Amino acid sequence: MTSMSDRSLSDTVVSAKELGLTFQTADGPVTALTGVNLAVEKGDFVSFIGPSGCGKTTFLRVIADLEKPTSGTITINGMSPEEARRRRAYGYVFQAAALYPWRTIEKNIALPLEIMGHSRDEQKARVARTLDLVNLSGFEKKYPWQLSGGMQQRASIARALAFDADLLLMDEPFGALDEIVRDHLNEQLLELWARTNKTICFVTHSIPEAVYLSTKIVVMSPRPGRVTDIIESPLPKERPLDIRETPEFLEIAHRVREGLRAGHSYEEHA
Amino acid sequence: MEQASFLRDRLLPIGTVLLALLALWYVFVVVLNAPFERDQAARAGGTIGFMELLPKTMAQERPVLPAPHQVFAELWDTTVNKAITSKRSLVYHSWITLSATLLGFSMGAVLGVLLAIGIVHNRAMDRSLMPWVIASQTIPILAIAPMIIVVLNAVGISGLMPKALISTYLSFFPVVVGMVKGLRSPEQIQLDLMHTYNASPAQTFWKLRWPASMPYLFTSLKVAVAISLVGAIVGELPTGAVAGLGARLLAGSYYGQTVQIWAALFMAAAVAALLVIIVGIAHTRVLKRMGART
Repeated sequence: MTSMSDRSLSDTVVSAKELGLTFQTADGPVTALTGVNLAVEKGDFVSFIGPSGCGKTTFLRVIADLEKPTSGTITINGMSPEEARRRRAYGYVFQAAALYPWRTIEKNIALPLEIMGHSRDEQKARVARTLDLVNLSGFEKKYPWQLSGGMQQRASIARALAFDADLLLMDEPFGALDEIVRDHLNEQLLELWARTNKTICFVTHSIPEAVYLSTKIVVMSPRPGRVTDIIESPLPKERPLDIRETPEFLEIAHRVREGLRAGHSYEEHA
Repeated sequence: MEQASFLRDRLLPIGTVLLALLALWYVFVVVLNAPFERDQAARAGGTIGFMELLPKTMAQERPVLPAPHQVFAELWDTTVNKAITSKRSLVYHSWITLSATLLGFSMGAVLGVLLAIGIVHNRAMDRSLMPWVIASQTIPILAIAPMIIVVLNAVGISGLMPKALISTYLSFFPVVVGMVKGLRSPEQIQLDLMHTYNASPAQTFWKLRWPASMPYLFTSLKVAVAISLVGAIVGELPTGAVAGLGARLLAGSYYGQTVQIWAALFMAAAVAALLVIIVGIAHTRVLKRMGART
């Protein structure tokens, strides 16, 4: 038996302490993030919600080592973000599918596997498995332009899943899709999360999406980008779509909305 | 159905323009060659009527502007009616020029791609090289071509290579410019993706930058292959070369053989068109294999 502190240490996937990031721009410094303290535990589904400019995407990019913080500390599985990236600790899903147009769907999903040096047989098996996971079997030989926007985004999720990283970082992956497709993909994402037991960090600006998906909701506000509230969701792991009409759901949604409004008010409505 | 639309969409407009150009050409033939005929008539002590003058303007031996049928007769005579090994065969001369063109084009394409790779991957090269690349093209090729040939001759390089080098000098430029843009064409999000995979620069190059640059590569190759031909012809002018399309042009102008000049010009245009079409076909094929929408 490991001690309690050991256990909690090894189960924390992302740990940020007093994290800050200031961009130097032509118009002077812009504080994208300041004083962020957050712990993401293994198996969590954490949503980051807030208006544009609140630093939610920046925070995700810091985790992914796509941006360097200028103050504070952050560790991924106890490592620095750069080390975590070198060890391919996470899969990243961007706002746009960013599929390579000259590759078929299966080749797109095989891209990270090629780079990480998996054998051809291994690539084939993993591509088949992840395509099945996102319900895209049968579209292996299609080119991205032959797929709808929702299917392209699913393919990009498959690509992020293909190399079995335990952490999935998703930056408004469904932002450009219509409501119906979005509902459907949200449902599938929860199913996938339950099946794979991954840790997911999910950036969104939709309150229902954040509440429906998350075990933990991080409410952020802009100028300077900071965390204003962290809400632990009491909703069960099993979530049918109509859970969104229950009082519990609406109560959390209300609290998120209040948090967003509080963060907003003194700037825009002062 | 398909043929009908080919007739309507391609043949009809192109044919109409062609006919209009031919008609205009004949008008100019009459206008430009008439003074000579009037002169002749005046010297013989008479005048010449228009109906008499008309056929004569189209059958001069050294017209100011040869009539289209004279040019095509010359083309036919020097391609079909001569053995291709003959010094009087345009096919022979075209081949001399074409071989220099192809060699120069290949070297130019490789040089252009290599320079572009260097410029995209190395800040120092980006800063230092690009101004020189642009400056190189501001020097008139007609001024530099004789010097290249003289200098190379002095170190014992003659024949095909000097001409090919002038082709290279002209053709590397569009390739550098096009490929720098092409290799930089991937979006930030696509590059970020490679970063999250911890991909090496070589992997990013071969799996992202290179395939993304293909449309740019072929577009610049089309320009490059056409000016390679110009380079090879220009390379034949100052040497007093005995063979090649440039030599034909030069000889034609020495002896006032305008028909020969025009025939060589048309041959050069046909060769250039053929080269551009070949690159165009390769372009379509490659992009089709890369899954482009057809």
